[in-house]
Amino acid sequence: MLDLYSPGKSFLHKMSPAPKMLVLMVAATLLFLNDSLAVTLAAMVAVLLLYPLAQLSFKQAWQQLRPLLWIFAVFFALQWWLAGLEQASYVVLRLAALILLASLVTLTTRSSDMIDTITTGLGFLKPIGVNPAKVGLAISLALRFIPVLAQVTQDVREAQKTRGLERSVIAVAMPVAIRTLKMADDISDAIESRGYRP
Amino acid sequence: MDTKSIVYIALFAALTAALGIVPPIPTGFGINITAQSLGVMLAGSIAGAKRGGLAMVLFLALIAIGLPLLAGGRGGIAALAGPWAGYVLAWPLCSFIIGWLIGRKPGANVWLLGAFIAFGGIVVMHTFGILWYAFASQIPLGVAFINNSIFIPGDLVKVAIAAVLTHGLRRAFPTL
Repeated sequence: MLDLYSPGKSFLHKMSPAPKMLVLMVAATLLFLNDSLAVTLAAMVAVLLLYPLAQLSFKQAWQQLRPLLWIFAVFFALQWWLAGLEQASYVVLRLAALILLASLVTLTTRSSDMIDTITTGLGFLKPIGVNPAKVGLAISLALRFIPVLAQVTQDVREAQKTRGLERSVIAVAMPVAIRTLKMADDISDAIESRGYRP
Repeated sequence: MDTKSIVYIALFAALTAALGIVPPIPTGFGINITAQSLGVMLAGSIAGAKRGGLAMVLFLALIAIGLPLLAGGRGGIAALAGPWAGYVLAWPLCSFIIGWLIGRKPGANVWLLGAFIAFGGIVVMHTFGILWYAFASQIPLGVAFINNSIFIPGDLVKVAIAAVLTHGLRRAFPTL
């Protein structure tokens, strides 16, 4: 499956997803509550040191931040202008640390393990009517629908091209919507006719 | 929840993901204008309040478990914690509100549909987006509000597309 997982055998890879996400949530909250630059800097260094420990390279850490460099630059300039250099470094460092930490969880956890954790984790919601098996079905259906939708759009575009309409958003989107809604109805009939009762 | 609802929830989560393939327009602010909020609007206006809202919850769950489904191939929990996350985190509520408003006026014409979609898809989404942006980057609300206006023209186009599509689909599928 297409995901952002980076294979490895470190303790972070072996840790089960639930405690990892819990630690992430607590750490992120603490990071947002603290307002000292020194603590933020220490947190940033600590997160960076976790990368080699998780058998990830600093290059991978850099790749997590690179798409956000523009945002950081804009924030830094804005904060510098509004509140001074120290506040600017604090805000940007805090965001960078948060993103590196969250990416660490994503990089060391397979999406399939995460899905399993979510479906078992949802067990405690059963009394209020959440059925984990149905959540699992929705997740797998959604993942299967993404390439199907791309394919249907491609088909409709080609059909409309012969009419010279491939640039009209509505002329493409309307048939795609009608076809996929029909498909959704057929699929739910097919599931029901096979006696699906989770 | 019946099977049809599950399939619809999955379909609209997938639609929002598939709209992420449409190339984003860079704004120069580091964040891009994407087609994905069209999926949010359609989930509410076509699938209804409950299904639409849950479709967006499912989409956010797929992002959180590390699938790169946001426009530009972003994903993981980091994408839900960044400075612009307020917009994305508001999606379930936006779809729910759009679906709820439309559900109360079954005979709405295309203009009223557009107004409902604009309320959920622009007013609600941008309110949350601006508040989180101002909080996360510690800038005054006024500046956040002005920066936000860069998204308005694109969102108006998306509202128009969503309203016309919804209007047409409600005629094609009177049972929606």
